[in-house]
Amino acid sequence: MIDSIRGQSLLTLEGLSARALVEILDTAETFVEVQSRTVKKVPALKGRVVASLFFEESTRTRLSFETAAKRLSADVLSLAVASSSVKKGESLRDTITTIDALGIDAVVMRHQSSGAALQVSRYVPHVRVVNAGDGQHQHPTQGLLDVFTVRQILAERHDTTGQESGAELFEGLHVLIVGDVRHSRVARSDIQAYTALGAQVKIAAPGTLLPVDMQEWPVTLADDFSEALEWADVVGLLRLQHERGSGSFVPSLAEFTATYGLTMERARRLRSETIIMHPGPMNRGVEIDSKVADLPSAVIARQVTNGVPVRMAALYLSVAGLKEDGAA
Amino acid sequence: MTEIERPDASRYGSFVARTQLLSADDVQRALRRIAHEVLERNSHDEELVIIGLQTGGVAFAKRLAQELQHIGENSVAVGALDVAFYRDDLSLNPLRDATTTSIPVDLNGRTVVLVDDVLFTGRTIRAALNALAEWGRPTSIQLVVMVDRGHRELPIRPDFVGKNLPTSHHEAILATLEGVWIGSEEKA
Amino acid sequence: MSSLVIRNGMIAGATSLEMGDVLVVDGTIVETGEISSVPSGVAVVDAEGCWVGPGFVDLHTHLREPGREEAETIESGARAGAIGGFTALVAMPNTEPALDSVALVSYVLERGARTVLDIAVAGAITVGRAGERLAPMGELAALGVRLFTDDGTGVQDPSLMRRALTYAAPLGVRLAQHCEDESLASNGTMNEGAISSRLGLIGRPALAEELMVMRDIELVRLTGGALHFLHLSTARSLALVHEAQRQGLRVTFEVAPHHFTLDESACEGFDPIFKVHPPLRSAADVLALREALRSGMVDAVATDHAPHAPELKDLAFDEAPAGMLGLEHAASLTLEALGGGSDVALRFFELLSRGPARIAQLRKSDAHPRHSSHGGSLVAGEDANIVVFDPRARWHVDADGLQSRARNTPYHGRELLGRVRATVAKGQLIVNEGLLI
Repeated sequence: MIDSIRGQSLLTLEGLSARALVEILDTAETFVEVQSRTVKKVPALKGRVVASLFFEESTRTRLSFETAAKRLSADVLSLAVASSSVKKGESLRDTITTIDALGIDAVVMRHQSSGAALQVSRYVPHVRVVNAGDGQHQHPTQGLLDVFTVRQILAERHDTTGQESGAELFEGLHVLIVGDVRHSRVARSDIQAYTALGAQVKIAAPGTLLPVDMQEWPVTLADDFSEALEWADVVGLLRLQHERGSGSFVPSLAEFTATYGLTMERARRLRSETIIMHPGPMNRGVEIDSKVADLPSAVIARQVTNGVPVRMAALYLSVAGLKEDGAA
Repeated sequence: MTEIERPDASRYGSFVARTQLLSADDVQRALRRIAHEVLERNSHDEELVIIGLQTGGVAFAKRLAQELQHIGENSVAVGALDVAFYRDDLSLNPLRDATTTSIPVDLNGRTVVLVDDVLFTGRTIRAALNALAEWGRPTSIQLVVMVDRGHRELPIRPDFVGKNLPTSHHEAILATLEGVWIGSEEKA
Repeated sequence: MSSLVIRNGMIAGATSLEMGDVLVVDGTIVETGEISSVPSGVAVVDAEGCWVGPGFVDLHTHLREPGREEAETIESGARAGAIGGFTALVAMPNTEPALDSVALVSYVLERGARTVLDIAVAGAITVGRAGERLAPMGELAALGVRLFTDDGTGVQDPSLMRRALTYAAPLGVRLAQHCEDESLASNGTMNEGAISSRLGLIGRPALAEELMVMRDIELVRLTGGALHFLHLSTARSLALVHEAQRQGLRVTFEVAPHHFTLDESACEGFDPIFKVHPPLRSAADVLALREALRSGMVDAVATDHAPHAPELKDLAFDEAPAGMLGLEHAASLTLEALGGGSDVALRFFELLSRGPARIAQLRKSDAHPRHSSHGGSLVAGEDANIVVFDPRARWHVDADGLQSRARNTPYHGRELLGRVRATVAKGQLIVNEGLLI
């Protein structure tokens, strides 16, 4: 188990201990306070160069990361690789070594292929890589901001702070993840974060959207979706990525909504304090009813807000302590 | 020879005490004296903000504020400042745990009294001055330290000192409300 | 022509391992056993401590020429084969364009004849390997082609495969199938299972292979044709084919070294060097394949040597092409899987030489018009295609030190047991002391 990501690339949440996760969450909490200042910026990464490399475009994630890097005073190189090198047939190694030649300390990267961030970290070992989503593999900062948001809300309810509570509030917490787990990098990161922190995770989805060899995952299957909704303290919905063909794993979007969508009727089965989450962008009317998304217990906007401090924490821990030669 | 009162090892990490230099009572007396000096320096109608530096200065700041309220009449605002993100030695030392910053009032036009446990190279204070600039423009900033151990690397001097302690570079100082010790840092 | 003598080796005959020398004159073995008088001026190969056996035959080499000469050429592939102890290679037809016509097959045969080895050709079953209509198998058979395959993919359409088996039967040739049902394996990049699931890589299920093995066994039963199964990788595939053989069907199969040495966990680091079709399977499958090698159930070891230009293996895992190098370490890996030791020598040569030579019809009894004979018994009168193999040598694989033009070996840095000391192909000493002459 890895107990701290200090000086390390953040490629996956797999293998991170509760201690490592809590360190990131605690650091993020200090950055929440920074966000409340008039000057929302600290000089921790002054003089550092962070390249944001989105092979797969995602304006919201890119903005969140670039805001985080800028609030740490890093210089940000924003590269639109999706439309340049790849189309010219350049290899992943050539793309990253070219960008590395500009002199960078860290790369925030999004790629449509699983494992691409890990490959890049091998090609340029002196550069720290923060994975902003790779294929169907991992989306570590999304997983982190999800558990951060849950901890923040639970801490408020218990009249304490996240830092005071550590991982305590996750002990035995019931988390239900619904939808396309099979193709979801968010689900993989979420499940690893929640279970490492001590929560119990159930998943609910039609058989075709369950992961292969699910018995090897640290989750159980919700036999009855409605009962699972009553059981849950947190419901995490996933985007059905029908634009990438996930739609062909269910007969129709309408049938998916009818069986696994969080409709108003199903939302009534939730306890009033149950937290509803979605990593966005939402398919309103597919995995979540529009009215449910606007309930007070749906904290989707708060997830987005927390993205910045959580990504600041990831970048700060991973990069701030680096020596000139890239050693940790 | 009296036995050394060793600080609780779990609480002070890798610090190993050799000799106790000040007792809890000594520390208390020093803070009371400093409180008087602070009030002498600043006229009564000035609004003081006492800000302790995370983590060692926070307890001293709280106690100093109590002393000031005890002898003065005005209530005193107390805050805490974490300078981790402002340090110029991030790549030289292991990252410190980030802790909470709370600046309870608007600093513009106020007198800020920064409080820290030990003054050494001056780099923490430099970081603190940079950090404070993000909150506004205080009329003046004054510095209280419980121990000044010398070896300054920057043109910074304290306004109020609990005790001046000439030390060598390899020694370590632990200053808490329970007393002041000299010793060494155990290598991890 | 030249003559040479191989001294003091342990000669792996058809049934026993015996100390002795081998004298080769003008491309033919003229004497074996203890040779007291060697004519002067004869080159001497010291085979002390080595096995001397028939040169290896690879049923499954991707030489990439024409079309992908940056990855391999017929000539560089032959040199890689020579270093690996091979004396004959069967060139796979998935070049660009595919080897589906007399002109293209002739081109490869002619280029091959100029290399140090015998290069046989497997022709495509369908035109352009498109799986739509039959390639001119009769014409190609007349050129000496004895194996036909659409390797790279399998023939998906069962009715077309049935027709191909029926058509090929009287030609005295054998079809060879890359067994993977493309719709089940579609877009998959590694073995389907707990690891692919965790890594978020789409899986190619074992069933994609096994289903086509089952289908083709039944098509062989129906048509009476002959079929060779390429690179089988699962325990169940082996059991299915073994059972079909027991029933007397004309089916044979090969296994590839990577499938009996590496398992799916190699993909954990997302290094495309470990991407191959069929994919690296479960640890249990690897054990089953090793067990089958030892028990004598396997007909042949074949490399599936698949060179790729370095930049293509620097793509993301799902974007990189499948395949890895094999020629230069196949024999060592086979020896290792057999457990080493002199008692495995005959099985070793059966798997790497005699078995594949039988399937490719390259033996003396096969009366092959175009190539010298391979996979023999090392007796006087046979063509001199010989390997001298040191079963106790240890060496480290160095991707930059290979004869192949490509460097996509999954064994870089690994220490292997057993190494080719000398290769005699087409009567010529082409490798000695482990180096090309």
